[in-house]
Amino acid sequence: MAGARISVPSRARSGEVISIKTLFSHPMETGYRRDALGLAIPRDIVSEFVCSYDGRAVFRAELNPGIAANPYFAFSVRADRSGTLEFRWTDQDGNVTVETRELAVEP
Amino acid sequence: MSWRSSLSPLLILLCGCSPGASPPVSGIPEPRSGYHFQSQDTQNLQDDDFANPGMLWVDGGMVLWTEAPETGKPACADCHHAADMSGVASRYPAYDKSLDTVLNLEARINHCRTERQGEPAYPWESEPLLSLTAYVAHQSRGVPVEVDISGPARPFFDAGETYFHERRGQMNLACVHCHEHYVGQMLRGDKLSQGQPVGYPIYRLEWQTLGSLQRRLRFCNTGVRAEPLAFGAQTWTNVELYLKWRATGLPGEAPAVRR
Repeated sequence: MAGARISVPSRARSGEVISIKTLFSHPMETGYRRDALGLAIPRDIVSEFVCSYDGRAVFRAELNPGIAANPYFAFSVRADRSGTLEFRWTDQDGNVTVETRELAVEP
Repeated sequence: MSWRSSLSPLLILLCGCSPGASPPVSGIPEPRSGYHFQSQDTQNLQDDDFANPGMLWVDGGMVLWTEAPETGKPACADCHHAADMSGVASRYPAYDKSLDTVLNLEARINHCRTERQGEPAYPWESEPLLSLTAYVAHQSRGVPVEVDISGPARPFFDAGETYFHERRGQMNLACVHCHEHYVGQMLRGDKLSQGQPVGYPIYRLEWQTLGSLQRRLRFCNTGVRAEPLAFGAQTWTNVELYLKWRATGLPGEAPAVRR
């Protein structure tokens, strides 16, 4: 099932710490498993997740084969300016999934 | 007239019906959802509508629901109003008069696809079928299960009940042994549940994906070292009907999260 779920408030007060949650649909196949015929199932993982806020990376994670399917990340960001939050998942083959959300910050 | 002769017409009336039509008796007088047999962490994951990974499939199902098929025939949403879908999953499996058989939710969705949308049926356990099923079942969240086992559905129900009580596999175990006699006890790292099918399709942590009730039942087959029945076998639908009846009154939970 392709897709991502992102939870981020659309507006915040300046200086407020907002909570961001992401859930990304991916099998995170380890490469260590075998199928019913005994053949190795090739590795297929997301290798990097980056969240940028107004062009600056505010959260970065490197993923490894031990991480469960459909990786979920929750983190906090201090809202200090209006801008775009960009969520970028890169898989092991360099395929990129990007989602964006606008955040309006009131003084 | 003696009391005996005045009662006899009543007795004939009571016993006159066929044995299959007598009211079934559940071995589980107080049904409890599998939710109660999970760890706190797993329960929290199910309760959080954002973090529950099953919601990925519900989202995907919502897209498929409104997508018009390439045949130009109506999309699901063109015939079924979203408001009417609440409680549908709680009534399935249900008897279909035209097909003279009981259909589970997946089979009903596929029947709609082939008959009304002119599209080929989705394979069992495929992503689109799981997604649509999850989307439909999710709308019955909180609606108590109540299946109809009367009339023509009764033989299917009886067959399911028989399967539930039959020993099978190298372990020589029947469903009833674990899921009624030893409920609450440990089976390795798992607490034995009552086997109540109220949250399907479920996101199972062991599978790392969403799966149907039939996938879970096949897993039980493997567990007792019996050869698993094929997906879509009539026996599975019969068992589903029996299990759903056993869960009467329990609210729907789809997509549930289980270990």
